[in-house]
Amino acid sequence: MKILVCISHVLDTTAKISFTDGGKSYDKNNIQFIISPYEELALTRALELKEAGEGTITVINVGEAETEPTLRKALAMGADDAIRVNANPTDAMFVAKQIAEVVKQENYDIIFTGKESIDYNGGQVGEMVAEMLDIPSITSVSHIDLNGNTADLQREMDGGYEKVSCDFPFVASGQKGIAPEARIPAMRGIMMARKKPLKVIEAVEANLATEVKNHTLPEPKGACVMIEPDNAKELIRLLHEEAKAL
Amino acid sequence: MNFDLSDDQKMIRDAVRDFAQREIKPVAQELDEKAQFSVELTKKIGEMGLFGMYLPEQYGGQGMDTLSYIMAVEEIARVDSSQAATLAAHNSLGIGPLYYYGTEEQKMKYLPQLCTGNALWAFGLTEPDAGSDSRGTKTKAFVENNEWVINGSKIFITNGASDLAIGATVQAVTGEDEKGRKEYTTVIVEKGTKGYSTVPMHGKMMWRASDTAELYFDDCRVPESNLLGKIGEGSKIMLSTLDNGRLSIGAMGLGLAQGAFDLAMQYSHERKQFGKFIYTFQNTSFNMADAATKIELARNLLYKACWLKDNKRPFAKEAAMSKLYCSEIAKEVADVAVQIHGGYGLMKDYDIERFYRDQRLLQIGEGTSEIQRLVISRYLSDEFLGK
Ligand SMILES: Cc1cc2nc3c(=O)[nH]c(=O)nc-3n(C[C@H](O)[C@H](O)[C@H](O)COP(=O)(O)OP(=O)(O)OC[C@H]3O[C@@H](n4cnc5c(N)ncnc54)[C@H](O)[C@@H]3O)c2cc1C
Repeated sequence: MKILVCISHVLDTTAKISFTDGGKSYDKNNIQFIISPYEELALTRALELKEAGEGTITVINVGEAETEPTLRKALAMGADDAIRVNANPTDAMFVAKQIAEVVKQENYDIIFTGKESIDYNGGQVGEMVAEMLDIPSITSVSHIDLNGNTADLQREMDGGYEKVSCDFPFVASGQKGIAPEARIPAMRGIMMARKKPLKVIEAVEANLATEVKNHTLPEPKGACVMIEPDNAKELIRLLHEEAKAL
Repeated sequence: MNFDLSDDQKMIRDAVRDFAQREIKPVAQELDEKAQFSVELTKKIGEMGLFGMYLPEQYGGQGMDTLSYIMAVEEIARVDSSQAATLAAHNSLGIGPLYYYGTEEQKMKYLPQLCTGNALWAFGLTEPDAGSDSRGTKTKAFVENNEWVINGSKIFITNGASDLAIGATVQAVTGEDEKGRKEYTTVIVEKGTKGYSTVPMHGKMMWRASDTAELYFDDCRVPESNLLGKIGEGSKIMLSTLDNGRLSIGAMGLGLAQGAFDLAMQYSHERKQFGKFIYTFQNTSFNMADAATKIELARNLLYKACWLKDNKRPFAKEAAMSKLYCSEIAKEVADVAVQIHGGYGLMKDYDIERFYRDQRLLQIGEGTSEIQRLVISRYLSDEFLGK
């Protein structure tokens, strides 16, 4: 069993973001970066699958040298080796092309991504990789078990679940539930991660499909106005005159 | 100068922080209330690899530096002192002397299991009549038929009696030199040895979920090869063990102060009086500014002492300074944090109540603040007089 887990290197969810370069990028100074949470869960499940049977887990990131600590963490959690495609991950198409290229050469049985990365929330890379390789893509996976030559997966749907089974290879995007909680690397794992291979490869040529014009932050939330429970009149007045909701 | 942690050190700190939040925080208050030592949690700490972090791999350790270990203690203490006490005492006092002074055979026999969290080791120095003045030791040992025969007792011994405790390094008087001065020696005693009994001490104000014990030796016989180090080397072993131990007690003070600060920061941004968050009152925010400054100073001092040790420089003076300063500011910051919580800070439902009690040991255990000042002042005069 060969599993590839695609790891994006994203800002910590609590980070305060300030945009630079006319809103095209953001200030990376003093910001903590993490493994995007859905991918961390997918990696955790991949580790459990490996521990229950056998196989290897490779983690991959398309990014510049600054993302290596994030890959090292994935190695500390238990992945066997890591690949960094040395390029600025400009858009989903570009990233997907890089990953597809690696998969073509290595023949992984399962390619995990997260449901979406929690920075740009694109949610496209996994599907694009599957399309480029002409293999199935199963999205929003909240559970996966291996069953001989196939896998049984559960997908989260609006108000319910869908169970599917699928032959290898396939792409699965993990979401909440795929593992109960992300594995915390133990000290032994952190020390072993130092010695595990982290291969840096150059990117293949890929045209940009999209271009970011700029980003904006949501308007700051207004102050909360408290109204006495028996003052419905005031509530209606505020909704009408201030919030213009009525 | 470079104040950056390495990527590994950051990963270690963050992993221990996540572990403390996930595994310790949810149970800390209940274990404290019930004064219950948790075997389960201690094993989890072992699975994380926090016991023997600084030992080489051949002894079951992780081969990490002192600073990484100290940050781990700090992160645990930020959430709960009892668990930090189990961790710090086992590492510094339990594992430390065996590693630094044990024979290869002794190291291979004890250290691998002591790194797993399935077994704990204690350091028995303090006695009813020998606290700050360890020369008051009355426990005696002599050799007879290739065995040490030990008689006496120890008090306040961390990790001495729980279900995971498997033995202790014990300081005993083994004779007198030609000038009539007592000769101190350290001996290894395994739990289960005839004549050795341990009794848990109850009714602690602080560290309630950590194991504190009395040890009794009644014609307790152990093989002569259980000698740790050399005969007469006991004081040296004890003093160097305490130098290392001071770093970890410092880490407990720093972590507790940081944890109390975090709680006060949160509370003062939620609690409103006179229509305003209490943080906006100048006395609150100025107290927080002072607390943050003290914590910053404490961290810089403690990390520097670790850096000295990791770079094989003398660090004993800085270790004593760190122990003194970190434990004193833990008291001050916990006090301010309770004040900021008002009446709620006195209630057991609020973590700060536990922090306030737990800090009190830090100025007493492993050498009181007065003894730290004594140690520091001796170094100062030695330096001044060029000794
Ligand atoms: C929870 C807990 C865990 C402990 N764990 C361990 C352990 O694992 N192993 C171990 O061996 N011990 C342990 N101890 C013992 C601890 O190290 C002693 O309590 C400490 O060294 C102080 O000794 P004492 O309590 O006898 O106080 P005393 O020495 O009687 O001190 C009383 C007061 O007199 C002051 N004083 C004493 N001498 C001087 C002096 N020369 N100059 C100025 N002031 C002085 C002290 O500073 C203090 O204020 C533990 C204690 C506690 C409470």
